[in-house]
Amino acid sequence: MVKSAYQTVQAARSQDKITTEALIDGLVTDFFECHGDRVDGDDPTIIGGIGRLNGQPITVIGTRKGRNLTENVARHFGSPMPQGYRKVQRLLQQAEKFGRPVLTLINTPGAYPDVASEFHGQGEAIAQCLYQGMQLKVPYISLIFGEGGSGGALALACGDRVYMTVDSIYSVLSPEGYASIMWKDASRVREAAAALALTPQDLKREKVIDDILPEVHTAAELSQLADFLHEQFKILGKLPISTLIDQRQTRFDQY
Amino acid sequence: MLPAKFKTPSQKSLNRRMASIPDGLVRRCPVCHTTFLTDHWEPARLCPACGYGFRLTAMQRIKLTMDTFQETNAQLTVPDRYTDAAYQAKIARGRQLTGLNESVLTGFGTIDHQSTAIGVMDAFFVMGSLGTATGEKITRLFDEATAKQLPVILFTSSGGARMQEGIHSLMQMAKVSAAVARHSQAGLLYIVVLCDPTTGGVTASFAMQGDLILAEPHALVGFAGRRVIEQTIHQTPPADFQRAETVLQHGFIDAIVARPQLKQRLADLLRLHKGES
Repeated sequence: MVKSAYQTVQAARSQDKITTEALIDGLVTDFFECHGDRVDGDDPTIIGGIGRLNGQPITVIGTRKGRNLTENVARHFGSPMPQGYRKVQRLLQQAEKFGRPVLTLINTPGAYPDVASEFHGQGEAIAQCLYQGMQLKVPYISLIFGEGGSGGALALACGDRVYMTVDSIYSVLSPEGYASIMWKDASRVREAAAALALTPQDLKREKVIDDILPEVHTAAELSQLADFLHEQFKILGKLPISTLIDQRQTRFDQY
Repeated sequence: MLPAKFKTPSQKSLNRRMASIPDGLVRRCPVCHTTFLTDHWEPARLCPACGYGFRLTAMQRIKLTMDTFQETNAQLTVPDRYTDAAYQAKIARGRQLTGLNESVLTGFGTIDHQSTAIGVMDAFFVMGSLGTATGEKITRLFDEATAKQLPVILFTSSGGARMQEGIHSLMQMAKVSAAVARHSQAGLLYIVVLCDPTTGGVTASFAMQGDLILAEPHALVGFAGRRVIEQTIHQTPPADFQRAETVLQHGFIDAIVARPQLKQRLADLLRLHKGES
């Protein structure tokens, strides 16, 4: 059955959605988490580190929501602060130094909108993620597996390949935000979801993403996803670095 | 009976008298709330009390900044597929107010004999928002500057992403970032001038990627808007929290330059990067 746009929004936000931790556990072995941005703090909303994908060392970076209220308060319901985006930058640089491919896992309503984040340069932090991502000298794959909310998601979605799972969304702002800005009526959220063309099907048609992947829950499904990603990294890894970067930039040039 | 000169004027004569007063003769500064007469404020349009620079159209900015100017990609405009009537009306209004086909004016020219690429965003065109063609014009400006080995000066002024163009607006942030990276890798200079207001997706991309980042006094510079912060997390931001002066204190701006000094400052910086005295 094909879901309506708003049903996809609900599925993307579902409590049953796989957590970023479970996704990392299921995809890589020997995961070593790296904390902190080396400047200012450690945003728990961004989890990042090194692990092996089917034996190959990769850098994994994800945004994560909480599994309970305590975690959600600490992680601002999955909305990263500038310290989180600077952790992303540090891990991208580290991956580049050691020639490790980068996998980003995205499930965020967007960057955290608060006064402290403004003071710490939320805009600059995201801008530098885009700037580094667009010229990163290693293969880079992005997977949106829940909410892909605006610039806060794009900061991690500059991959050579960008994928979405069936129950995920990716948009310039939330349907609630769109309804209230465009029509000054937050209750028209269903209409807004349709107008935003935020489903994986819409975005594949627009060539914003490369493909739609199945939802993963079981060990077998995770192992299939790991195989698929490993295969893609192998294909990307065969390209000379300059070709890789050219292709990535050309990919975004078409929009 | 009162003499005729004290007669209550007719509605017709009142209308005539009102019509003879030019629009906008009196303005109120949005920053310091001083009310003042605008009869001598051209061309810089400053508040006489606090020095806030009122928003300029891109054309006015070019006249104020450049000695020579040749526009490029002037015909690039909103793609045909956006047919929504309300959006079309906004674009038509933007065209009428600015004389542009998109929210940015781009081209090449000279400031005090220094050649440069220049882009100016125009807040009077759909709030300077980042449309597909806006991103395309800025991308082309950087690529043409890279080919010509020229610096880029970009005046930013934008409400952020353009909601009407959805995900394609968001993608412009990545697209322009790539063009900025290509220009930078060629060892070329990129100067940003943050103008009132620079917010949202523009702040979160090319506005914060300059080698040098200048700002106009009191310009609003931020990512999340005040109302978004108030409504999403119910926090009340301090009055000046996104003013250029505050953003400078927090380390994200090199210098605040008042509008009358801006042209000379830009010329000096261009010259410094060419190694000329």
